[in-house]
Amino acid sequence: MTTHEQPRQRDELARLVSAAREGDRPAFDELVRRTYVDTYTLALRLTAHEEDARDVVQESYLRAWKGLSQFRGDAQFSTWMYRITANTAYTVVKRRRRHRAESLDAMLEDPVELRPGVQPEEAAESAALLERLSVGLDELPPKLRVLVVLKDVYGLSHEEIATELGISVPAAKVRLHRGRKRLRDLLYEDESKHDGKNDGRWDHAM
Amino acid sequence: MQCDDVAKLLPSAVEHGAAVELSVQRHIESCLRCQAELARYRRMLRGLQLLRTRYLEPSPGLLAQTFAAIEEAGERKAVHSILSGRRLAYVGAIGGAAVAATAAATTAMLVARSRRRGVPVAG
Repeated sequence: MTTHEQPRQRDELARLVSAAREGDRPAFDELVRRTYVDTYTLALRLTAHEEDARDVVQESYLRAWKGLSQFRGDAQFSTWMYRITANTAYTVVKRRRRHRAESLDAMLEDPVELRPGVQPEEAAESAALLERLSVGLDELPPKLRVLVVLKDVYGLSHEEIATELGISVPAAKVRLHRGRKRLRDLLYEDESKHDGKNDGRWDHAM
Repeated sequence: MQCDDVAKLLPSAVEHGAAVELSVQRHIESCLRCQAELARYRRMLRGLQLLRTRYLEPSPGLLAQTFAAIEEAGERKAVHSILSGRRLAYVGAIGGAAVAATAAATTAMLVARSRRRGVPVAG
């Protein structure tokens, strides 16, 4: 499942969604089978906790199965699932309350997927950046992390995010701004010290 | 325009490119610090986009657990609807019995009253 699904994949998913809406359980199972890794990835990025992510995946598909009749079909199924997953993860994270220390080792095992033709140095640099980004995202407070993940990784609009999180659009924008700023500080704090510039007080007015 | 003012606008400068105000563009063009900062945001936001296709493989069993959760919810719903149906049947039966009992009692009362009226008073 991707935001930009290939036409054939999209048609196939649309057919499965249509059948599932008629109550075809095997069709829904096939939808789950095709999309659960993507849903899990989003859930893990949002919760930064494997057990929670698994719960979020199960709960999200339950909600999807129950709410399939409300899926209008004018949006992509993947986007609809992102929204359900975001909503569910937000609930889980709020329920969890206390911040747990997370191990990122499991998250960083996979090789980085890069565009074909990328030079080795560039690939290594990108791999290092992606690793730092993953770590940085997990260090963000959940309220800020969810905004950065949904907007900058998954490309949801401010409006979609605000709806799913039950916050206003301006609040979503402010949190996104803070999240990006915090992430930038985590990634480039040392570099900017060399600039002799940023002392981390940009957002004093935020 | 100061670097601090521009710094707040850099992420949207990366996102929206030319849509940034001219005064901001001019400042960036003439300020090495802000150019370096813009490059950092550009790298960061591109990297975040790349994370989109970097799938994280769940540990085994998640798919089976998800199917089981949906199955269980379906069974719970079915059981709930059966129980609801039975509950309705019980309520209906109790209601019917109550109506029948009331009718029987009323009939008995009327019969008793008519008998009392029909029996001559002794004396």
